[in-house]
Amino acid sequence: MTLRLGTDRPLLVPFLTGGVTADWTDYLLAYQEAGADAIEVGLPFSDPMLDGTTIQQASDQALTRGATVEAILHELAAIRGRLRVPIIVMAYANLVLKVGIERLAQAGVSGLIVSDLPLEESAELESAAAAAGIDMILLVAPVTPDDRLRQICLRSQGFVYAVSVMGVTGERTTLAPEAEALARRAKLLLTEPGVDGSHAGSRDDENPVQRLPVLIGFGVSTPEQAAVAGRAGDGVVVGAALMRRVLDGASPADLRREVGALRAALDQGVSTATPYAEISGDRG
Amino acid sequence: MTLATQRGMRDPATGGRFGSFGGRFVPESLIPACAALEEAFRDAWTDPGFRQQLDLFRAVHAGRPTALTPAWNLSAELGITLLLKREDLAHTGSHKINNVLGQALLARRMGKTRLIAETGAGQHGVAAATAAALFGLRATVYMGERDIERQALNVFRMNLLGAEVVPVTTGSRTLKDATNEAMRQWVANVDDTHFCLGSVAGPHPYPWMVREFQRVIGEEARRQVAAELPTGVPDVVVACVGGGSNAAGTFAGFADTGARLIGVEAAGGAAMTDGTVGVVHGSRSLVLQNAEGQIAEAHSIAAGLDYPGVGPEHAHLGESGRAQYVTVSDDEVLIALKRLARTEGIICALESAHAVAWVMRAAGTDELPHGSTVLLTLSGRGDKDMAQLQDQPIMTEPPAGLQADLPAGRQAGLQPGGQAGLQPGRQAGAGAGRVAS
Repeated sequence: MTLRLGTDRPLLVPFLTGGVTADWTDYLLAYQEAGADAIEVGLPFSDPMLDGTTIQQASDQALTRGATVEAILHELAAIRGRLRVPIIVMAYANLVLKVGIERLAQAGVSGLIVSDLPLEESAELESAAAAAGIDMILLVAPVTPDDRLRQICLRSQGFVYAVSVMGVTGERTTLAPEAEALARRAKLLLTEPGVDGSHAGSRDDENPVQRLPVLIGFGVSTPEQAAVAGRAGDGVVVGAALMRRVLDGASPADLRREVGALRAALDQGVSTATPYAEISGDRG
Repeated sequence: MTLATQRGMRDPATGGRFGSFGGRFVPESLIPACAALEEAFRDAWTDPGFRQQLDLFRAVHAGRPTALTPAWNLSAELGITLLLKREDLAHTGSHKINNVLGQALLARRMGKTRLIAETGAGQHGVAAATAAALFGLRATVYMGERDIERQALNVFRMNLLGAEVVPVTTGSRTLKDATNEAMRQWVANVDDTHFCLGSVAGPHPYPWMVREFQRVIGEEARRQVAAELPTGVPDVVVACVGGGSNAAGTFAGFADTGARLIGVEAAGGAAMTDGTVGVVHGSRSLVLQNAEGQIAEAHSIAAGLDYPGVGPEHAHLGESGRAQYVTVSDDEVLIALKRLARTEGIICALESAHAVAWVMRAAGTDELPHGSTVLLTLSGRGDKDMAQLQDQPIMTEPPAGLQADLPAGRQAGLQPGGQAGLQPGRQAGAGAGRVAS
């Protein structure tokens, strides 16, 4: 199953570290109920070199309680009947190369993001993903030059993941200004003739001219920031801000409210609530 | 001689490949920085001005060339000719200075004002702090909390040199976690900061660049050995391997000869022996990991070898058969360190003692028959390990206990320049090879 995401409303993709708690799949269902368009599930890794403190802690917590990639995929497959939104796995290259794309497809995964697999190294995995029917979502960064950005937009499937900030994952007090500039550049490129719609697989056959959405991730921490990012791009990925709540012991019902606030802010283009107003300083 | 031995150690293929190993597995955010570094290094390495500058600092600051010391006494005991390349005599006490002088000069050439570095034993951290002080750069060194406890003196040295040492408290709190943290900091500070990586690991161009900066070990040794041995090249070249930078630099000087290349790993951190193919810290290589790809912790008495991965070029040299990789245990290392100290008056680093331990074990066997000529790179000196070794009972046993273990050669009173004709080759004419005859 590949991703079929529209751009008619700002997209919301909340993140959860797989296996972070015993009831981790309940959070996925809560995200779905709160209006997630897709859910990103992070595979915990021993050496998360692109993650800030919060996701590192979540990864550590999952591994410490014995979470394995196999168990996570098993539990994901077990709730497929109740989970209607697409599942995107985010992982480091070493785990993906070990587990194999086919195994991810078996578990019902629709998309894959590999944080340390740039364009130069991704060809092999891209063809395996195409064979397995999984969308490979590629990342772009503020420092990605235009010619490279064009190549990535050409090859990315499902959406283009715009990394908002030069840094690791983690909460920030404001959305980095370069995020908006990057999303604008990517959107512009995606409307160029030949850049988008030229690759098969992830397109909606009935609407082949619709371009790939651009989602902003890394550091999107509050409904206000989500609203801004939702206007600049086509949606947001929110990770550390939610994972911090999970690590602090918040329940699936609590997270449903958090994600609901993000959903509302995105839909209205403004914030309706400020549950993170107390945050000051970089929690990255 | 196989084709592989004639080819030597070449520049990596496009994308930083050594066979199927290497590459650039980094976040998109770091791609421009890696590309810029590769370009800057290519440019500098072909610039005679840069090479002259580096040679100057190697000579006047680092004390190069380092000596080649025939280990006369140990040679006689073992029935081989053992020549030691003395990187322990280089400034800061190890080969690490070779790499950091190159990288710091390059960083300055690129307009960077700050170095960040990862360190395990602290040797690379001290070297990076030294180069930063010399070239007026700020330095931040990331070091696992556990290593900070083991190597308190090196932490003090780094501070004294003006560097900030940041404890890394995540994961196994050793070198691999320090490397993760340095990578994270590099992503966030890439504009003004150069990541001064300490080994032949990491994303392209690091494995290649660091090997080129360490090549000076092998090139000097090649010349020095040629003057010492009638055969010109030794039968065997041996060096310890953690990430593998001193071995890569040493091998680079001999890969195009018929010499056997031996890398010695710690039994508890032997990626070449026990590792499987994986991607860690930016390149595809061999790595200690479980079936799902979670990176394992290495365990060695030598903090500098406590690393679960190994440089991608070593993985390639091993796969192609050009180099052979072996392991020694912590116990063998302690015995070797003590024996080298008592026979040659050289206290080497625990890391370097791995290479010595293999030679001691292999000498007289099919692995290293009597009469063999051996070049061994002594990568560093043991000062940093003394506090740790004081608690090891074997280290404080009285000399008498050692005497009883001595082979006949030593007891017969063989001494440098003594009756067995153990003079330096240039004087004796027949060369140190006579030791073994």
